[in-house]
Amino acid sequence: MSAVVSEFASSTEAGQALVEVRALTRRFDVSSPWLNRVLQREPRRILTAVDDVSFDIARGSTYALVGESGSGKSTIAKMVLGLLAPSAGQVLIDGSDLSRADAAANANVRRRVQMIFQDPHASLNPRWRVGDIISEPIEAFGLAANSGERADRVVELLAQVGLSAADATKFPHQFSGGQKQRIGIARALASNPEFIVCDEPTSALDVSVQAQVLNLMRDLQAELGLTYLFITHDLSVVQYMADEVGVLYLGRLVETASREALFASPRHPYTRMLLEAAPRLDGFGREHVIDGGEIPDPINPPAGCHYHPRCPLANARCQSEIPLVRDVQWSRVACHEAEHTGL
Amino acid sequence: MAAVMEGAKGSRRDRFLSPVNLRRWQTFCANRRGYWSLWIFLILFVVTLFAEFVANDRPLYVSYDGQSFFPVFVDYPETRFGGDFETSAEYRDPFVAELIEEKGWMLWPLIRYSYDTVNYELPVPAPAPPSAENWIGTDDQGRDVLARVIYGFRISILFGLALTVFSSIIGVAVGAVQGYLGGWVDLVGQRFLEVWSGLPVLYLLIILASIVEPNFWWLLGLMLLFSWMSLVGVVRAEVLRARNLDYVRAAAALGVGRWTILVRHVLPNAMVATLTFLPFILNGSITTLTSLDFLGFGLPPGSASLGELLAQGKQNLQAPWLGITAFLVLAVMLSLLIFIGEAVRDAFDPRKSLQ
Repeated sequence: MSAVVSEFASSTEAGQALVEVRALTRRFDVSSPWLNRVLQREPRRILTAVDDVSFDIARGSTYALVGESGSGKSTIAKMVLGLLAPSAGQVLIDGSDLSRADAAANANVRRRVQMIFQDPHASLNPRWRVGDIISEPIEAFGLAANSGERADRVVELLAQVGLSAADATKFPHQFSGGQKQRIGIARALASNPEFIVCDEPTSALDVSVQAQVLNLMRDLQAELGLTYLFITHDLSVVQYMADEVGVLYLGRLVETASREALFASPRHPYTRMLLEAAPRLDGFGREHVIDGGEIPDPINPPAGCHYHPRCPLANARCQSEIPLVRDVQWSRVACHEAEHTGL
Repeated sequence: MAAVMEGAKGSRRDRFLSPVNLRRWQTFCANRRGYWSLWIFLILFVVTLFAEFVANDRPLYVSYDGQSFFPVFVDYPETRFGGDFETSAEYRDPFVAELIEEKGWMLWPLIRYSYDTVNYELPVPAPAPPSAENWIGTDDQGRDVLARVIYGFRISILFGLALTVFSSIIGVAVGAVQGYLGGWVDLVGQRFLEVWSGLPVLYLLIILASIVEPNFWWLLGLMLLFSWMSLVGVVRAEVLRARNLDYVRAAAALGVGRWTILVRHVLPNAMVATLTFLPFILNGSITTLTSLDFLGFGLPPGSASLGELLAQGKQNLQAPWLGITAFLVLAVMLSLLIFIGEAVRDAFDPRKSLQ
């Protein structure tokens, strides 16, 4: 067992952290307009999409965020990219905070952080030629001295993602979904980023194409030393891609572990439920028992541990006390009963 | 990259128009009425644009004493042709014409009247009926109606185009800023628009026209005060929709600047709606100018104007050629623009162009 532990430990210390997420919180005001509120005597309604989330992403590794829809995955992605200001906490990319730092420093950090989008059909401007789409970040950051250099770079990027130079003059609608996602990846690579946020990059693709795109992303990671934040709800993608996994439930990080540890011995009851609920051919080696219930209303989440209404292990303590994150074996878990979930 | 460009297959038009625009052009051509209206309108517009060469009281070219003269461009004193006065030559004056004919010849435009040339040799009191000299008669001051119609058509279209261009620029800019920034800017902007659009435009124009001596640019400015609102709503709605499109968010995530995104990604969406409206705005502008001229608050007295011709027709019912001409010219011009507008609307209809 100790050999296994050291192996898990070494995989988490692959490098120094490139991205540090510190106590990140985002609240949205979803109240009705002031006059309606007064007339109908409604209180303000605050949705806490992300609640006190902290994690590190080591340089050159892939961190996967898993969770159901509404768990705050995409909100975290937006805050990591600096598109959305956090309500509290901060995101440090190589030590600098995108939401605070001055514009000049920001531009440099912005260049190093790019994104791959969920829907390749919608994320490419249908009026633009592929060459223009890919050179947009090059232009935005002034990375090419002249148009010839820019065109060379576009051809190089197209080759890198397995497309041909002639594709630069075509329009997005002339490509299949997988090819469009390759264009999206080429665009993300255009500014020579170190860190790429991937927001469910394969969920809009056919299963056969998913594997190609994932392989491409892994090859690019090995070749360019990229760091990925991988957002997904697909556990098979996580198993294939991730080094570290964070499981989100209603905006809180309930479990963080290396991929091996998470799939071998999930500690949080929610993680176990996810693994059991995943459709599979071979199974992950467990009985197929699915907890009942739906994800609760995020505006009025359950007190204490958010998961307690669905949790088979819930007790009185879970209903009143928010569980703190603590180390249990190879995982960091936010559960009062984590010791009792082992197999 | 150059090799790639050359490698692209397709006709010349393919290369200049994106596939979407190519289909739009085809849809436009498929509407035959709109297609031919565009050609007829363009021909009329280009001809009237060169009105000075079509209807003028000066010859296009004078050959006198072995020398060449271009009276359309240059004022020559009468003495140049052996006359008595230092003032510019009156080529229509039989005395001057005789002087020139002695030592040379003149090339006249098709119509030997400008919009303000008075025919002093009318056999009957003005307004004179159509004759070989004045093809559709003269107005009540003895000026040739055809010449006035040609110049009036030109000033109407130019005024309409200028007003359309300026009000589109302002309207698109205001609508884009409102839609893109949203929040308080949008709220305050919308309330201001509601108040501003409630003002009685025609009365205000009449009051303002009585304070200043209106000319082309004054009228343009005054009408611009109110006409810019027509596009704000459309553009604002389009921008509100487009700013949440995935590729717009993608551009933001890639680090493209806020205003660059607005101009390069968001506005092209709004341009479709704008272009569809333009012919109709052009029509509205022309009609407003004509009605102001008809009421006598428009262009300064003496200018060629269809509205003024219409007013003369009303005052001189015994001279039906005035009213009928003004009516026909306006009806043809506005119909052509509406037909073009309909074809443009067809061309930009996503159900037709995105099949």
